Amino acid sequence: MSQSNDHSQSIQERVAAAVRSGAALEIQGSGSKRFLGRTPTGEPLATTEHTGIVNYEPTELVLTARTGTRLAELEQILADAGQMLPFEPPQFGGEGTLGGAIATGLSGPARPFAGAARDLVLGCRLVNGRGEDVHFGGEVMKNVAGYDVSRLQAGALGTLGVLLEVSLKVLPRPEKELALALELDRDDAFRQVSDWQAKGAPVTGSAHDGQRLHLRLSGSALGVDAAREMIGGEAEDLQFWQDLRDHRLPWFQDQAQLWRVALPPGRQLPEQLLHNALLDWNGQQVWLGGEQDFSALHQAARAVGGHARSFRGGDREADVLPSNGGIFQHLHRNIKKAFDPEGILNPGRLYADF
Amino acid sequence: MSAHSVYLEDDCRFEYNREDLVARLGQVLANPEALITNEEALRAYETDGLAAYRQLPVAAVLPDTVEEVQAILRICNELEVPVVARGAGTSLSAGALPHPQGILLSLSRFNRILDVDAERRVARVQPGVRNLAVSEAAAPYGLYYAPDPSSQIACSIGGNVAENAGGVHCLKYGLTIHNVLEVTLVTIDGEVLKIGSEAPDAPGYDMLAAIIGSEGMLGVVVEVAVKLLPEPLTKKVMLAAFPTVEAGGEAVAGIIGDGIIPGGLEMMDNAAIRAAEDFVHAGYPVDAATILICELDGSEAEVAAQCAQVSKLMESYGATEIRIAETPEQAQAFWAGRKAAFPAVGRISPDYYCMDGTIPRKHLSTVLNRMQALSEEYGLRVVNVFHAGDGNLHPLVLYDGNVPGELERTEELGGRILELCVEVGGTVTGEHGVGMEKINQMCAQFSPPELEQFFALKRAFDPKGLLNPGKAIPTLNRCAEFGAMHVHKGELPFPDIERF
Repeated sequence: MSQSNDHSQSIQERVAAAVRSGAALEIQGSGSKRFLGRTPTGEPLATTEHTGIVNYEPTELVLTARTGTRLAELEQILADAGQMLPFEPPQFGGEGTLGGAIATGLSGPARPFAGAARDLVLGCRLVNGRGEDVHFGGEVMKNVAGYDVSRLQAGALGTLGVLLEVSLKVLPRPEKELALALELDRDDAFRQVSDWQAKGAPVTGSAHDGQRLHLRLSGSALGVDAAREMIGGEAEDLQFWQDLRDHRLPWFQDQAQLWRVALPPGRQLPEQLLHNALLDWNGQQVWLGGEQDFSALHQAARAVGGHARSFRGGDREADVLPSNGGIFQHLHRNIKKAFDPEGILNPGRLYADF
Repeated sequence: MSAHSVYLEDDCRFEYNREDLVARLGQVLANPEALITNEEALRAYETDGLAAYRQLPVAAVLPDTVEEVQAILRICNELEVPVVARGAGTSLSAGALPHPQGILLSLSRFNRILDVDAERRVARVQPGVRNLAVSEAAAPYGLYYAPDPSSQIACSIGGNVAENAGGVHCLKYGLTIHNVLEVTLVTIDGEVLKIGSEAPDAPGYDMLAAIIGSEGMLGVVVEVAVKLLPEPLTKKVMLAAFPTVEAGGEAVAGIIGDGIIPGGLEMMDNAAIRAAEDFVHAGYPVDAATILICELDGSEAEVAAQCAQVSKLMESYGATEIRIAETPEQAQAFWAGRKAAFPAVGRISPDYYCMDGTIPRKHLSTVLNRMQALSEEYGLRVVNVFHAGDGNLHPLVLYDGNVPGELERTEELGGRILELCVEVGGTVTGEHGVGMEKINQMCAQFSPPELEQFFALKRAFDPKGLLNPGKAIPTLNRCAEFGAMHVHKGELPFPDIERF
């Protein structure tokens, strides 16, 4: 287990020095998700030594930890108290930290059923691009004092601040979990899952690999057993869901480049794009492998109300997110400036020009 | 009740020609009745749900279309006129209080439910639609919209977005932020953009997080896409009486620590129990120090099992009486007293002032005891109803507005209660927003660099500071005047800023 080490002051001093010198910083946790976004630049600012739990109250459903703390350690501590991180942050390579989980804003298979990383964020302490140690949100479920700066950090890839501490809502672990596989067509499968849900099935995972629907049920033993009865299918190893979360399924290993498409419920990409696809989040998160024409892929996603991004591999000097253009880009740039006027925090990681 | 203007000189620095404004607004509104400038008619707009604060705007504007909203904002941006947007006007924090130099932009005509897509569980609504109307429209499909503020019969979705509204069920089903997918926003320069997405996320910064709870200070919301959930299969409501507040508080922690997340978990103190019982005759145990109302939902078998588990837990924490509603009528009666708690208190006092702080639940008895001491110090009664599951307190301070000075004393007591919430690690507002009401207490919760960070974010959307100025985020001047300026390490932050 890692030590409790408060490096807030040295991190703040590093950023303040960078503000004075104008030198860009690359915020580095364990590096398990360093592939995400555009190629990082800047002098390394390590956060992995900044570790430890600041506060954990199981009966309050709140955990606050320093951002260098490993997710694996947090999950163990939570498990010991019968609780969990509901958004199942991916731990690519098993080394992920709390700071990386929030900065990337990635969520695991339970996301449509239990909420996204940003949904579980209650508060944070960060060093902004002016070198100030500031605190937003808090450790309570309901808090509307000031703008929700904490949730804004989720997915910002460290471009708005160096996260020092994050407070998260945690939840009880389910009494029982069960993984099932069913022979169902993609189109039928996701509609069917919605129906099962409406009939009370405690679904916390719904993915389709092109051939089969993989389903996870989690909840009270009574609820899981009743749903199992209603749904049928054959049991499979729960490990499938860990491997899906961390991209360790054989399918992911085979992909030289990985693309991600997010879609509204009940919408789909054209069939011709899905020949090498793995669908999670009940069809709302589509993983595509291999060569893709980014702009064509994004057009296809946008046509049904979604968006695409280049997730892993490929040219990281190029844009990895679709260009929002116009007023959007203008607001994004303004937000970046509001937090980091000198442009020293992970510049270029999210967008080429800031 | 004595009305007082609560804007500081700082907040009233706008200079423009009023006749010019009114003439130009008249040109862009198709309906001549959509522009109100005579004082008598404007009286209807001078206060929101917090009637202690009154302020006439220069004009009230009631656009019919998004294009009109765009045109109005363009004019205000050009002339530098403050804009206060309002839905149903039920804000309890004066978040929709007019600005003396500004227009009140009423979205009451944006009251249509545009689409209920039952299969995809998404509804698109205009901001003036009432919260409850969304669930009513979804009910035929077995669906509902989860956030259910107690004012849901009257409050509008636009206001819910502005305040990140919650409700009785939010510990389990989340707040507005968890249930809104996308908003259509008109910026102060009249641009329309969609923020968020029906997809699980949108590229780039999570601007939806910035907009929800921003109290109308970043843009004007003209359409909202919300997530609908399937109705729970069954619900069971229980009521438990406890001999002390501590026992009730421990029972709440015990239930949650045991792995149960109730659909609703509410607490009332003895004064609230008595007031509610006198009003609705729900059959509440009037001698109890506190009661808990607990709603469990899920499949029938699950709920039955949880009900037994919760009963046992409540007993072990010293409940003197546990009732389980056997019929829907009984369940309704259990809830009736809680839901009528505010009007019930209205019957026992000429006026009351509703506070809204959140605390870590473990400090519940400390906070309640210290509130009692404050109540005695100020000679004002305090009645407590609150969302026990999430630590959101609603102390009601009873006063008489006709007694000179009593409103001011009430406000001071309210402020002390909020500062107490901050002191134990909580916040000055759980769900009502800061608005104009709690703006001074923001100085106690946030340091000058934090306040300045909020202002910087505000400038990203509204560089001229025209949207709802003077609310939610206090200026350093205001904090200095309020006497709550933080001084870190003996150095006054931002020494170059003029303070008075």
